[in-house]
Amino acid sequence: MIEKIEVPALARVEGEGGLYIKLKDGQAEEIRVDIYEPPRFFEGFLQGRFLQEVPDITARICGICPVAYQMSSVQALESALGITISEQTRLLRRLLYCGEYIESHALHIYLLQAPDLLGKESALELAAVAPDVVRNALRLKKIGNDLLKAIGGRSVHPVNACVGGFYRWPDVEPIKALLPDLEWGLEAAQETVRWSVTLPYPDLELDYEFVALHRPDEYAVYDGDVWSSKRKPVPVDEFDKVYLEEHVRHSNALHSRTIDGNPYLVGPLARLNLNHEQLSPLAQKALSEAGIKLPLCNPYKSLIARAIELVDAYETAIQLVKNYQPSGKAYAPLTLKAGVGAGASEAPRGLLFHRYAVDAQGLVLRARIVPPTAQNLPRMEEDLKSLVPQIIQLPHAEATLTAEHLVRSYDPCISCATHFLKLRIEEIE
Amino acid sequence: MSGAYKPKVAVYKFSSCDGCQLSLLNLEDELLDLAGAVEIAYFLEATRAEQPGPYDIGIVEGSITTPHEEERITEIRRECKLLIALGTCATAGGIQALRNFTDADRLAENVYPHPEYLHYLTKATPISEHVQVDLEIWGCPVNKYMVLEAIAALLQNRKPNFPPYSVCMECKRRGAVCVLVSQGIPCLGPATQAGCGAICPANGRGCYGCFGPWPGANLESLAPALKDLERYPGEAMRLLRNFAGYAPAFRKAADSIKE
Repeated sequence: MIEKIEVPALARVEGEGGLYIKLKDGQAEEIRVDIYEPPRFFEGFLQGRFLQEVPDITARICGICPVAYQMSSVQALESALGITISEQTRLLRRLLYCGEYIESHALHIYLLQAPDLLGKESALELAAVAPDVVRNALRLKKIGNDLLKAIGGRSVHPVNACVGGFYRWPDVEPIKALLPDLEWGLEAAQETVRWSVTLPYPDLELDYEFVALHRPDEYAVYDGDVWSSKRKPVPVDEFDKVYLEEHVRHSNALHSRTIDGNPYLVGPLARLNLNHEQLSPLAQKALSEAGIKLPLCNPYKSLIARAIELVDAYETAIQLVKNYQPSGKAYAPLTLKAGVGAGASEAPRGLLFHRYAVDAQGLVLRARIVPPTAQNLPRMEEDLKSLVPQIIQLPHAEATLTAEHLVRSYDPCISCATHFLKLRIEEIE
Repeated sequence: MSGAYKPKVAVYKFSSCDGCQLSLLNLEDELLDLAGAVEIAYFLEATRAEQPGPYDIGIVEGSITTPHEEERITEIRRECKLLIALGTCATAGGIQALRNFTDADRLAENVYPHPEYLHYLTKATPISEHVQVDLEIWGCPVNKYMVLEAIAALLQNRKPNFPPYSVCMECKRRGAVCVLVSQGIPCLGPATQAGCGAICPANGRGCYGCFGPWPGANLESLAPALKDLERYPGEAMRLLRNFAGYAPAFRKAADSIKE
């Protein structure tokens, strides 16, 4: 029986946090996912800034998903000003988001989570025995970054998106030049799904409330209504009436629960289970050929959901690139007025909600940001509680790794939630 | 090269967004060669494996914003022969340093229902305010090829070859039309260190200074000129008081045009 496990820092996650499990008589007495990532006060900095500065500032919340922060904030601010963007702007934003899904999912699947399933410490160690797998993974990821760069100037904190649209239409030629790479990536992503179902996932089936954006006509990433597997859909504007945040002592992040106090799950599993009918044709085919029964309720298998979304992102990107032929102005003119607006999009790791109030001069009065990892934190703690009975008989190192792996499978973005992931399992007398 | 000594590299994170260390993982075409040339001894974002120090090269992302970080950076300096500050958070405090211009306790009260649960410093500061830094790489985010150049230079025992000019030069080189002169858009390009490739002006917007002040910048004349071009009140001041806003040259320029 495990008495105490201590890992100084959890690796291969974005940010610093900790994990504490106290055991008594083989049961979890206390479980906490601690966030040590220092508080960064973004909502505070935003007060008094001009609204057009917001997407540049919120991008700095996360280096892995800056586009998500830009897309949720521009939608919220456009809603506050009552601006409607053009369809071609929406489609280019969707394409920009494809780039982020591709780089973020390829990174997480191959470099962050797969080493756990293959008994390696890192993808670099994996490269020593399977160099082709890692080379393909890096190419899969690079194409996403190339797409971000073609549209936004650079892959981390791209500079072209603004409230109202884009500063200028990106040149057509460099975007179309990506088609051969995207075609290669679509093949490699389908191969990733076939490979993903052969990996040895730990057994854990849980009863989740899945929450994700939904659209009837496409796999919701850029926008949609808020759907749940256990309650009625609500428009984005009412999100924070149903999904509430609390500040708990061990954490520099706020934790979310539903209005009736339940932890809920956002991210790739939630999206796949709620929106699989809207996946692109080849992603649907990959899903059915993989023989996966939905709903998928094993958190470790979110890797498979990411792989299927990788197919969707590549296929969607190819369509959007083929059709990219911009005309007219790249942005809608801004007419300043006082107002309040909400916006949400699906960051690779889950739903990201923003709400802003602005004054008649366009200055931000109040900002509210609900990042995906803050929503998932209570759910991670519940998952660990369910995992404890099946790991306490395991050898010490294996138990630790299984718990760590669970947290990693969430692709937590702890800088977002407000890094040091520390795992301690202790048994008290 | 087999059997040759491989320098041990450690990568650390402080208060930041992870984007600059991600730049290392974004070296997709070079990463495996890089991992062959150096020993990645500590890099939590990439690997669980940890080799004990001391290390030959320490790469630090992020700024110092908590009492714990203050202690940790001193320990890290002791275990690294050379220390590189990576990115504008590490070189100038970054976005976190916006708190330095306001009351941090009020910020905390605005964001968190229980500010008393938090541990933070009222000022966010660059690494060089705490320990000696051997090389600074600016950028929010850094240009990954500048990081590669820095590591290659250290391996070859030479000075890294960074561009010695401002964003203006990069803009001219790529043939972009000057947004400041042709459209009157406030742009920090004349005063900002090159490295990004002038992506903002090339996209039809003004540079927002994320690579920090260029040492040859004439901000005494640029700051008031930008103020004259403002499209909304306070634009020039906010342009300076941004991701590199706590860098001394930008700080002074912002103060000079404050209302």
